[in-house]
Amino acid sequence: MEKLKGLKCRECGRHYPSAPVHVCEFCFGPLEVDYHYEALKGVVTRASIAAGPPSMWRYKALLPIEGDVAVGHHVGFTPLVRADNLADELGCREVWIKNDSVCHPTWSFKDRVVSVAVTKAKEFGFDTVACASTGNLANSVAAHAAEGRLKSYIFIPADLEPGKVLATLVYSPTLVAVEGTYDEVNRLCSEIADKYRWAFVNVNFRPYYSEGSKSYGFEIIEQLGWRAPQHIVVPCAGGSLITKIWKAIKEMKALGLIDGPVTTRVHAAQALGCGPIVTMIKNDTDVLVPVRPNTIAKSLAIGNPADGYYAYRTAKESGGHGEHATDAEIVEGMLLLARTEGIFTETAGGVTVATTKKLIEQGVIPRDESMVICITGNGLKTPDALYERLETHVKIRPTLSAFDRALAELKSHGTQEEPRCR
Amino acid sequence: MPVTVRIPTPLRSITKGNAEVRAKGESVAEVVDDLERQFPGLRERVLDDSGELRRFINIYVNEEDIRFIQGKKTALKDGDTVSIVPAIAGGR
Repeated sequence: MEKLKGLKCRECGRHYPSAPVHVCEFCFGPLEVDYHYEALKGVVTRASIAAGPPSMWRYKALLPIEGDVAVGHHVGFTPLVRADNLADELGCREVWIKNDSVCHPTWSFKDRVVSVAVTKAKEFGFDTVACASTGNLANSVAAHAAEGRLKSYIFIPADLEPGKVLATLVYSPTLVAVEGTYDEVNRLCSEIADKYRWAFVNVNFRPYYSEGSKSYGFEIIEQLGWRAPQHIVVPCAGGSLITKIWKAIKEMKALGLIDGPVTTRVHAAQALGCGPIVTMIKNDTDVLVPVRPNTIAKSLAIGNPADGYYAYRTAKESGGHGEHATDAEIVEGMLLLARTEGIFTETAGGVTVATTKKLIEQGVIPRDESMVICITGNGLKTPDALYERLETHVKIRPTLSAFDRALAELKSHGTQEEPRCR
Repeated sequence: MPVTVRIPTPLRSITKGNAEVRAKGESVAEVVDDLERQFPGLRERVLDDSGELRRFINIYVNEEDIRFIQGKKTALKDGDTVSIVPAIAGGR
């Protein structure tokens, strides 16, 4: 039996055949991939997953791909790091970092969604892929399009960080810098997608694309030894990742893959300068009020998140909460993770670390409960956020005596621990 | 005020396949009323039972989301463009 039933409207339940469409024709609700779960039960087992490749494709049976994987064969299965140093600093017992800052090939969790979307684009016979992006998605679509020998059109806000622009251009896409915010780029792309027959990964391919995010959740469960943590803190931009992590946990539970009850509370992390989802959670309302973003966390700067409503519902349904991080807290969050665990994340990761710290301090996350902090992008993409905060400690001429003097000076300032000579 | 209204694919079955139509009204609400007169059945696809904009539809007046202006009461002038756009799109 085929595992895919087709698409189904998340709001009104109308069914659609598998096709590159993303919106219900009647109620405009989002379409979601519908599976024959009964056909998967007993077939997808811990053993069948463990026998798969060391990539997200070990969960291929739970992803919307029927044929062969076309691109991104090595995406995912990133480290789940037991972060005891960070736990000490936070005064907590069990802290884990799910580290997609080292996701192959473009250093963010976006490789998970793009490899599914581009594979699907080839399945449907498209020769051009496209996206609206704040950077990470741009990198990933351009890279996977190159691998898949497809043309790509990448639309970005013109003020994007230079690192993310460069890390897109290197794959030779057509890069279109739009003078506007991400939300304006996104609206433009909705209209372009309506006019040109391209595979917009986050517009008409959104039902398939977003399913790729489930692999992030599957990996957390498997890597924890087939158990669900008590807390997961997820950065939110469009609100899709948090929704799909929660869906992944529910799917694994339904398939009998998780030991014990699921008591996971899923928390949302956003920047104060762009936090409409966390605002919904704090105000306990399912009505999203769009905002104009003003934050250094540009990869999270979506003022009108498409899945805001579902992100809110995920937090509510799981008993989770949310918190906003200021720009200063974001930078401190980045530095805290780097200093304690040797992991360099982008601004979005700073948001997640800062939010986790706040939720712990508020008592929302009890210090003796297990938690996973979702780190979804690499710090080398957003170095601009740190230049002013960091300084070169020592600059000397290439002589031993110069170093001895510098070291003595450092010691007198107490900026370094007591040096040990061999 | 005569304005241009951009119609997304899911509503074009009601607008006889047209991607752009003309409508009249002093405000967004009046334009929706006029669209209903021209294309019966369109209003219920855009507004819910209580007359509020459906959750998964955004309306823009000249590139600006009406939630940043006066919502459905947003005033229109000659030659404005009103875009009806599905809300579900994007990632990052």
